[in-house]
Order: sequence, then C-alpha cells, then structure tokens
Amino acid sequence: MPILVYAESDQGIFKKSTQELISFARAMADQMNTEVIAAVTQDPSSADLGQYGAHKVLNLENTLLSTFNAELVADALSQVARATGATTVIVSSSANSRYMAPLLAVSLEAGYVPNVIGLPETYTPITVAHNVFTNKATAFTTLQSGISILGLSKNAYGVHQYETNAEITPHEVTLTSSSVEITSLDKASNKVMIADAEVVVSAGRGLKGPENWGMIEELAEVMGAATACSKPVSDLGWRPHSEHVGQTGKPVASNLYIAIGISGAIQHLAGINSSKVKVVINTDPDAPFFKAADYGIVGDAFEIVPDLIQKLREFKAQNA
Amino acid sequence: MKILVCISHVPDTTSKINFNADQTAFDTAGVQYVINPNDEFGLTRALWLKEKQGATIHVVNVGGPETEPTLRKALAIGADEAIRVNQPATDGYSVAQALSAIVQEGQYDLVIAGRESIDYNGGMVPGMLAKICGYAFVNTCIGLEIEGSSVTAVREIDGGKENLKTTLPLVIGGQKGLVEESDLRIPNMRGIMQARTKPLHVKQTENINSMSQTLRYEKPAPKQAVTLVENAEQLINLLHNEAKVI
Ligand SMILES: Cc1cc2nc3c(=O)[nH]c(=O)nc-3n(C[C@H](O)[C@H](O)[C@H](O)COP(=O)(O)OP(=O)(O)OC[C@H]3O[C@@H](n4cnc5c(N)ncnc54)[C@H](O)[C@@H]3O)c2cc1C
Ligand SMILES: Nc1ncnc2c1ncn2[C@@H]1O[C@H](COP(=O)(O)O)[C@@H](O)[C@H]1O
Repeated sequence: MPILVYAESDQGIFKKSTQELISFARAMADQMNTEVIAAVTQDPSSADLGQYGAHKVLNLENTLLSTFNAELVADALSQVARATGATTVIVSSSANSRYMAPLLAVSLEAGYVPNVIGLPETYTPITVAHNVFTNKATAFTTLQSGISILGLSKNAYGVHQYETNAEITPHEVTLTSSSVEITSLDKASNKVMIADAEVVVSAGRGLKGPENWGMIEELAEVMGAATACSKPVSDLGWRPHSEHVGQTGKPVASNLYIAIGISGAIQHLAGINSSKVKVVINTDPDAPFFKAADYGIVGDAFEIVPDLIQKLREFKAQNA
Repeated sequence: MKILVCISHVPDTTSKINFNADQTAFDTAGVQYVINPNDEFGLTRALWLKEKQGATIHVVNVGGPETEPTLRKALAIGADEAIRVNQPATDGYSVAQALSAIVQEGQYDLVIAGRESIDYNGGMVPGMLAKICGYAFVNTCIGLEIEGSSVTAVREIDGGKENLKTTLPLVIGGQKGLVEESDLRIPNMRGIMQARTKPLHVKQTENINSMSQTLRYEKPAPKQAVTLVENAEQLINLLHNEAKVI
C-alpha cells in the first residue's frame, strides 16, 4: 500500500518542507516495503523529487488546481488515494495543508494527526509522536482508521538524499467548482515567511517603539531571516499581526530563533519552542527567556544589534 | 441568521502542563480553564453580527459537565443559548461528528469555530465539521462580512492574505483579526446575572467513533543551561562552529 505525499510548491518551486516530507515518507516506505508517490498540482518540473526519495510523481492535470483551493485539492487527493490504494497520506504544516487535511480526512474516513515529530514508533497500527499543548508536551497517538493522514512538523525530520529515478506521469482528476472562490491574493513576494524561514529574528517590547525596527529588519536581511514579534508588539500596532508568534500567534520551528528585547513569557516560549537553536538578547539577566535559550547576551539591544549586523556582514564576506 | 459558536474549554495559557502518574492523561489539578482564545475572537465577531444585522447566537461544547462554567461565561459575554454535548472529547473526528449532529438539528447558517484549540492543537474540528455537514469552509479566517447569504472573507496564508467569496451556510476557523484583542468583552455583572437563567441544554449523541487514541504523554527533557556570551563576535563564532546554524 503506497504512501501518498502532497508535494506543495510555491510558484513552481518545491519548498524545503516538501523535500522533507518526501524523505520522511521514503523512510516510512522502506519500513513498510512500499513506495512513495508524490502528488504535484502545478508541475514544477525544475526539481526531481526522486533525489529526496520519491518513486513516482503524479502530475494532477486540472486547471482548477492552478491556484490553491482547499476543497479542490482535498477532492483531488482523495481521488488519487483511492486510485493508488494509498493507506498513508503525508502532508506538511503549511497554512494550506492545515486547511486542506481535515477535509481530506473526512473524504477518506481517515484519522489525521498533525504536528508529527518523527517516524512512527509502530507501523501496524501506526503510532506517532506529535506535539501537543503548544509544544509543552508530546503525545503518542495510535490511528485506528483504514487510512492515516500524518501532518509533519516543519524541521522535525530533515531532508535526506536518495538516488531514485522518479517517473513522472500525468494523472487525471475530475473536479467540480468549489463553494469558495478566491478573488485576490495579497502576498509580499520579497519577504521571507515565518513558516518557511530557517532563521527568525524576533523583537519585543524592549525595543520601545516601532521606529526602532529598522535594525531588526536589517539584521533579518543580513541573515536571510523572517521578522517576527511578541504579542504586545502587534497588539500595540507596532508590527502587523501576521508577525505575532507564540501560543496564540504563529508557531515557529526554525533552525535559529533570535529573540531581542523579549522577556520570554510562557505563552511566547510555547510557540517558539520547537526552534532548534534559540538566542536571547536582553538587558535583564533574570528575564525568563534565558532559561529557554541556548545562547544569550545580557545587554542593550541598541548596542548589540548594530554590532551584530556589522560582524555578520564581515563573517559573510569571509565565508562567501 | 442563526450562528453557532464552537467553544473549546482549555487550560489557561499560563498553566503548567503535567500528566497523571502513568502519563496517560492530563493532570487537571490546579488548572484554570478558559474559553479557547481563538473562540473568544469568534464569539465577539458573532456578537457584532448580531448587533449590526440581527442574529441568534448559540454556543456549543462537546465535553463533560466540568465545561459548563466555560459555557456560562460565553452566555455572560452575550450568547443567547448554550448546548453541551455530553461526550468526552476523545479526538477531533469524534468531536466534529458530535458537532455535526447539533449543526444539522439547529440548521445554523454560520458556524464559527477557532483555527485551533491551544490544548491538543488539532486544528481539525472546523474543517471536518464543514465537510461532514457539506458547508463551505474558510480556515484561519481574519475577516468576515455577510450580506444576505453572500459572504466575503479574508484568510491568513503563509506570508500574506487571501480574499475569498462564498455563501452561507459556512463554517469558519477563526482567530485574532476577526476582532482585535481590545475588542474582547469581559462579562459584566448584568451579563453574569442573565447567564444564570439562559438555557443550557445538555444533549446526547449516538454512533460516534474515534479515529485515533492517545496512548501516553511525555514532557520534553529538561534543557541545558544557556551559554552566555559577551559580544556579537563570540555569538557568531558559536552559531557557526558549535550550533552550525549559520
Ligand atoms: C491568553 C494570552 C495569550 C498570549 N499569547 C501570547 C503569544 O502568543 N505570544 C506572545 O509573545 N505573548 C503572548 N502573551 C503575552 C505574554 O504573556 C507576554 O505579555 C508577552 O510575551 C511579553 O512581550 P515582550 O516580551 O515583548 O514584552 P515584555 O514582557 O515587556 O518584555 C520586554 C523585555 O525587553 C527587555 N528589554 C528592555 N529594554 C531592552 C533593551 N534596550 N535591550 C534588550 N532588552 C531590553 C526587558 O528586560 C524585558 O525582558 C499572551 C498572554 C495571554 C494572557
Ligand atoms: N470539544 C469541543 N467542543 C466544541 N468545540 C470544539 C471542541 N474541540 C474543538 N472545538 C472547536 O474547534 C476548534 C479547533 O479545535 P481543534 O481542532 O481541537 O484544534 C476550536 O477552536 C473550537 O472552536
């Protein structure tokens, strides 16, 4: 019974999370003696998913899939799952996949576990570890359904290289129009998104006011990072809501999270905990963030951040 | 317009997360429960719709009797009636099934749920509910306008937002943005008094099945102490050579 992966792409390019999903599926498939089928909707021919472990790529040919619509993607994937006999479907933690997966679960009468952080600990039935309580704990859950849908947490498994020759075949799906119509899209094209970012530079009320965010943006630019902020900063209107991270904001699972002038309240830490390496810069050595961080500097952001920007530029010049 | 707001009863955000001795269940000792923050934004948006264009607002929770104070709080904030489906919330699928029975019986035009509950973080109940009921669905909804049965909505996506058009009946997975933090309402004395006499119906459902079962929980291993550095140069050095993240 093959494993089906929803291989999301953005403007014709497969995201790193997609590569990770495929590697994860491949490790499962090797255990289950089966193969990995990647379903793509926009035919990004640039990358070969075989190198991450896919055996087959199905190109879902239907113009209705040219822009993301959760209902239609769920409908298409449920047809593919039925046609291929897949009993496991792997999706990412992107906003789109989280929107789509519950619809797919009902169509397939499948169990769905999001925030999965590693390979199953048992395969028949599937039991997986996943984050709960906004990363304050891990749950081990068994799926009791014929088909299982696993939503992999970002950066939980990593990208692995394979030398598989993935054969690409067109696959037809029949879709009717959706009850939800997308009328326009408002997307900053040049900004690194928190959801995809390897590095996130985040600042809090310690920065005193919105006029001081220039250096935060500059630091993010030097690091190729996304910018984020604490909740009060967005509530005060210093930064857009879309940058609010934490338990009630966006989750962050980057490789590196740099917190500047953020105290480290429990609700903030909950949302950023699954980042691999955490750095704090804060004037107060007793700020709770120091208990959660891997590296810290006790000091004034207004002195340290400009220095950090300059030293990083030098570092980059040397390591280029 | 009939609006149903789904209310998840969750530990307060400051709660320490502990489990029972054999690690199979959440330890509720000393934990304060609140309306799930995403649902509180949704409830406030529902009140605005009621005030502007008229609506009845019902709130619903799937859970045991211990969730009733949370439902009473929603009544005190302004909902008209509450429903508790007397069933343990074992997994997202079973909760969505139980809610679908309520939605179908009540013929609601609009169902407002939250993007996710902050306890089990499933983010799955609203979508499953929509699909079971055959309602349209908008997730991570940060804007909602209704005229007759036409709906315009805004959805937060990774790195931006998307404007959508749809029709009632509709389920949304809401969050901050539907209303702002400062728009949230604290129950006043009059609301609390009124809530005592507003109806709270307890219902049973049948033929509910779970798709998954949680066997045990673990807490993360204690963290190593922070490495303090003096300056930017040392930090870059450690991030490069030790942590290998730059
Ligand atoms: C229901 C609920 C949900 C919440 N959800 C979230 C959430 O999702 N995300 C979130 O972030 N918060 C959340 N909060 C808020 C949270 O409790 C904290 O209030 C918030 O995280 C604090 O933000 P802050 O660290 O920016 O500000 P503060 O707590 O004011 O901290 C500012 C820090 O900056 C430091 N500082 C000051 N000057 C400097 C300087 N020159 N250089 C360096 N450091 C400096 C100070 O020492 C201090 O530690 C929630 C709260 C509630 C009640
Ligand atoms: N037991 C429940 N009773 C009522 N509504 C619920 C329940 N569980 C989840 N919901 C609703 O579904 C949303 C998403 O929850 P979840 O899928 O558990 O993350 C919540 O914000 C609620 O609106």
